[in-house]
This record gives sequence, structure tokens and C-alpha cells, in this order.
Amino acid sequence: MTFFDIIFYITASVVVSSTALAITRKNAVHAVCFIVISFMGTAILFYLLGAPLLAALEVIIYAGGIMVLFVFVIMMTKMEKPPVVKSSLSSQWIPAVILGSTCIIMAGILVFSDSGKWLSPPAVTGTPKDFGIVLFQDYWLAVEIASFLLLMAMIGALYLGRRKAYDPPEEKIQEKNVI
Amino acid sequence: MSIPFAHMLFLATLLFVMGAVCAMTRRNLIMILIGVEIMLNASGIAFVAGSMRWQEFQGQVMTLFVMTAAAAEIAVALALIVCVQRRTGSINANRYNLLKG
Repeated sequence: MTFFDIIFYITASVVVSSTALAITRKNAVHAVCFIVISFMGTAILFYLLGAPLLAALEVIIYAGGIMVLFVFVIMMTKMEKPPVVKSSLSSQWIPAVILGSTCIIMAGILVFSDSGKWLSPPAVTGTPKDFGIVLFQDYWLAVEIASFLLLMAMIGALYLGRRKAYDPPEEKIQEKNVI
Repeated sequence: MSIPFAHMLFLATLLFVMGAVCAMTRRNLIMILIGVEIMLNASGIAFVAGSMRWQEFQGQVMTLFVMTAAAAEIAVALALIVCVQRRTGSINANRYNLLKG
């Protein structure tokens, strides 16, 4: 076991346990906090697996951007108590547990029967410069399509988030109340 | 000594199943979206591990596009959640039964 192997296994256990904690939390804010830990650990895994640029992007986009967006929306929406009816317990947990355990068991059988090639995690293999050259020379069309996708997502989010025309503006209601 | 490729794939599978279970069992829309995020992240780990296994950049490029798609999806989905919460006053997926024929 080299130093990087130990780091890999420690980080993997941190990622798995924080994800397990996140998906079992009742409070969505706690879940988001644990997910941020999980994404930080994933960034360390990306770095160990030779993708330093993706590690940085993981921290910036996932842990920094998307999770902050989640926290904003949690603050904007009104959380209600979950309904006391527990009828959905069996109808949803049983298929989930069956499918999940089947998937994990199959993966375990396939994976541990033949462990494949052994990789030695280096500190850095693909530098951001090489990555950028490959990205913008071989995949420039995909980059353009991805930028259009982001533009469409921004327009869609603005359209969905705008105040409806038929909603009475709050100022008028306040004026009416005052009068 | 080093790490078998299989262990990385098993880690990715474990995370993916966790995300799928979260998306299947939770009733809160925000928790469902968090499950989807976990699944996309697990696929990213698998792609980067494959990229290292074959010493190619394709896996890393794919992970970058997965991240882009995840960001776009989350932006639209959270706007939809705010919109639908404004209309129905709830973010519980069981409450959305306006389309019962």
C-alpha cells in the first residue's frame, strides 16, 4: 500500500458514508451539507485518478454552485411536515431495496471475480493544458452544443422563475389594505 | 501495490445505487434532485476511472459534459420546483395529483 492508495480508500469511505448520511436525513439542509462533503471527497478522488482540472471544476460547480442553488431554493420554498400517511413505505421501499441490492450484488460478483488491471494513482497525469488541447481540438462541436444547452437552461430558468402576468403585484395589495 | 480498477467501479456502483434509492424512496422534490445529482456524480467517477485505466482523455471529457448537463438540469429543475411550489403550495411529490382524469 502506497501513500496514494491509503488516501484513496480513506476518501472513498468518507464519500460513501457521507452520501449514506445525506440520503437518510429528514432535513434537506442537513442533506445538502453532507452532499457537499461527499462532493469534496469526489474532488479528491478525481485528483488521485489523474484529473486535476475536473477536481477543481467539481469543487467550483458542484460543491460551490449547485449546492448553493439548492440552499437558496430550500430557503425560498416552504417546507411542510411530511404527511403522516405511511402507505408509500412498502410500495416504494421494497422495489428500491430489491433493485439496489440486486445491482450491488451483481456488481460485486462481476467486480471481485476479476479485479482487472491494477492502477497506481499518480498525483497528476492529465494536466489542464493537455486536457484543454484535447477538449477544444477534438470535441469543439460538443463544447458548442454544451454552451447552447447552458444558454437554453438559463432562458428556461428565467422564464419559469418570472412573476406571472395574472398575479397581482404585492404593492397593489398592500395599497388596497392600507386604504 | 496499487488499486484494482474493479474497486473504483464498485465505488461508482455503490454511489449510483445510493442515489437511485434516494430518488426512488424520498417524496421531497429537493431530495429527489439530490439523488439524481449523486447518480450523475457516480457516473463521473466511473468515467474518470476508465479514463485513467486506458490512459485516454475521453473519459474526462465525458465527465465535463456530464457536469454541464447536470448544471443545466439543476437550474431548470429548481426553477420548476419554485414555480410549482408557487402554484400548489407544496414540494411533496404526492401532492401533484391535478391531472387525475
